[in-house]
Amino acid sequence: MSKHGTELLTAVSRGRGGVRVPHRKNTAEMTVVRMPVPARVVLPMQQHIGAPCVPTVKVGDVVAVGQVVGDSDKPFSAPIHASVSGKVTAVGDVRLANGMVTKGVTIESDGEMRLYEGLCPPKVENREDLIAAVRASGLVGLGGAGFPCHIKLNVPPDKKVDTLIVNAAECEPYITVDYRECIEHAYDILGGIKVLQRLLGFERVVIAVEDNKPEAIKKLKAIADEDADCGNTVRLMTLRSRYPQGAEKMMVLSATGRRVPPGKLPADVGCMVMNVGSIAFISRYLKTGKPLVSRSVTVDGTAIAEPKNIRVPIGTSLSDIVEFCGGFTAEPRKIISGGPMMGVAICGTDAPLCKQNNALLAFASEKDMEKPFRDCIRCGRCVEVCPMSLMPTLIERYARVKDADALGRMNVMTCMECGSCAFACPSGRPLVQYMRLGKQILREEGNKK
Amino acid sequence: MNGKRLLVSASPHIHAPETTRGIMLDVILALLPALAAAIWLFGSRAAVLTAVCVGTAVLAEWLSRKAMKRPNTIGDLSAVVTGLLLALNLPATLPLWMAAVGSVIAIVVVKQMFGGIGQNFVNPALTARIILMVSFPTAMARWVAPFEHAWSADAVTQATPMASLAAGGNAVSDSLPSLSQMLFGLHGGSMGEVCSLALLLGGAYLLIRRVISPIIPVAYLGTVALWMFAAGHGDLTFVAYELLGGGLLLGAIFMATDYTTSPITAKGKWIFGIGCGIITSVIRLYGSLPEGVSFSIILMNILVPHIERLTQPRAFGAEKKVKEAAKK
Repeated sequence: MSKHGTELLTAVSRGRGGVRVPHRKNTAEMTVVRMPVPARVVLPMQQHIGAPCVPTVKVGDVVAVGQVVGDSDKPFSAPIHASVSGKVTAVGDVRLANGMVTKGVTIESDGEMRLYEGLCPPKVENREDLIAAVRASGLVGLGGAGFPCHIKLNVPPDKKVDTLIVNAAECEPYITVDYRECIEHAYDILGGIKVLQRLLGFERVVIAVEDNKPEAIKKLKAIADEDADCGNTVRLMTLRSRYPQGAEKMMVLSATGRRVPPGKLPADVGCMVMNVGSIAFISRYLKTGKPLVSRSVTVDGTAIAEPKNIRVPIGTSLSDIVEFCGGFTAEPRKIISGGPMMGVAICGTDAPLCKQNNALLAFASEKDMEKPFRDCIRCGRCVEVCPMSLMPTLIERYARVKDADALGRMNVMTCMECGSCAFACPSGRPLVQYMRLGKQILREEGNKK
Repeated sequence: MNGKRLLVSASPHIHAPETTRGIMLDVILALLPALAAAIWLFGSRAAVLTAVCVGTAVLAEWLSRKAMKRPNTIGDLSAVVTGLLLALNLPATLPLWMAAVGSVIAIVVVKQMFGGIGQNFVNPALTARIILMVSFPTAMARWVAPFEHAWSADAVTQATPMASLAAGGNAVSDSLPSLSQMLFGLHGGSMGEVCSLALLLGGAYLLIRRVISPIIPVAYLGTVALWMFAAGHGDLTFVAYELLGGGLLLGAIFMATDYTTSPITAKGKWIFGIGCGIITSVIRLYGSLPEGVSFSIILMNILVPHIERLTQPRAFGAEKKVKEAAKK
């Protein structure tokens, strides 16, 4: 039992590179509001990395909130649940915001949001129970990548994970849902940490927040201080606000001084990194048994009439979300699913919201969004800012001539596509696109062999 | 949704405010003190010579892009920088047509024939200067004394401090200007190299604006200083003359830091700067030429691809190459 308060750490900036992005956290003080029940939701069967789900309902079925509508027998997957109650009106191909086509289940809502009767808090007494429960909850990493959470929790026995890192850095501009989670649901976060710690036996837990969010730090510290169990193991770490501090590898380095080797996962160096929203969800799920059927989303950008943080049923059409936020003020020039650094520019608002989408941003023409495309002047800024110590300008050159050997030497596979290089480039070169091309060339070369 | 089209492009969707044009503008601003000093010391001819160099460089860039049917690039201002740097590397008395020839060589032969901005493997202004030196040795070594009428053919000329140092057996002698005269540029030399104070001011501006990294100037000047300290048996006055004299400051601050022809890795920048310093020192002390800044930078320019290959940073989390080899 400890009487002293939760330890506050300031991260030593061990990492190199990174860029100073504008924060533009306009919605930081906006409480998450619940969006009215949409008339219709479309639930894609692929909202995660891994095997797509297969629909388990058919047209005409009546479903309730939390009922499984899609699942897979493959381990690397996460089930999909009905997010509204109502009638299944279609099962077929749907187009996602990123252009991908997958199977999807369409539900016409009856507006009642009736909960599925089978829902009850899962019995969780050991690690295996926890992993099974998290799989059943349909949880995927809520930070943006959509990695099935139960896979992350299921650390192979030959690896020892001693540190849990709770990622509340939220280093992307505009997005504030993780910040709101810290302010509004700090108890859930601490609850989730305690469960994971008890069942997975971490030696220490680090909650990492960027130093531009002092309110979140204060709130989390106050809650952690109240709880003597947390006092000994939970530490709060303030990160210098510099993009991409929230990237997994950067976070592991800041919290533990360990470096994740290329092609490896945090588990290989004894760490587990989880988004703060995912942790809070686990805590709520274990109490209520209500699976992942809604999520918080930041809706912002110069073309949005009323920027908001909203709680939205998964599968709600993006156009319904925009409408709830007052519609467009001006003709949008670019709509982004996710943050402006790593998000995807989408081609319309017909697509449904997926589990991993943390933001919807719409912009009229912006000065800093379009930069004229010019020749590389070899200024070396991309090399200077790359947090992975790569040489983006040379990778671009080798990708253009499809030199797979040179791309391998340049470690292009280590690139996490954070976008720092392209952000910093004075010539406006689409370096991230070239990184992806380089990876593609290497993969194809590997397949040939 | 609606009729108009949305822009769908690869992430990131926001960009830093820096542009090529902005960077070049900063370099031009940083060179203005040196240009002002040149006009103060050498009169209106310095201004006219600079105008000819810059004008010819921009015209040559525009014409060569047009001839090659490539997009016009004079808007990035890099041709202005090249013209300006070339002018500052010339004696104020140089016939104007020779200066124009230099600009054409720099832009057309050295830069555009290799693919334009970012593609040339040696510094255009320095290469043009060396070609002019070889082609017109007398005109390129006619150093008019400050405040002399640079337009007239019989203006009083003056040996450069570097020539005096070399003639005096690499030791400080009475024929040298005082150190304060060196600082303000009250001695013979290329238009832009004489006023050390103006160059340092420009260098400070580039560092503050983060246009250049301090590594190359520090490594270059540091190497020369150390070598000269040893060669001069610890005579600090000699070291000061060597640092302030000749084209060293102009070269170390503005020419060796040229993005295109210097390494993009931090380690590479150290090697590049130290290499420039060693070659400059060797030429100055043991060569028959009094000055070696241009040659040392050009020689190191040629080595840049090799330096970059040797100094590729280790990817995040990757093991040291040595360790890997030992394991196998």
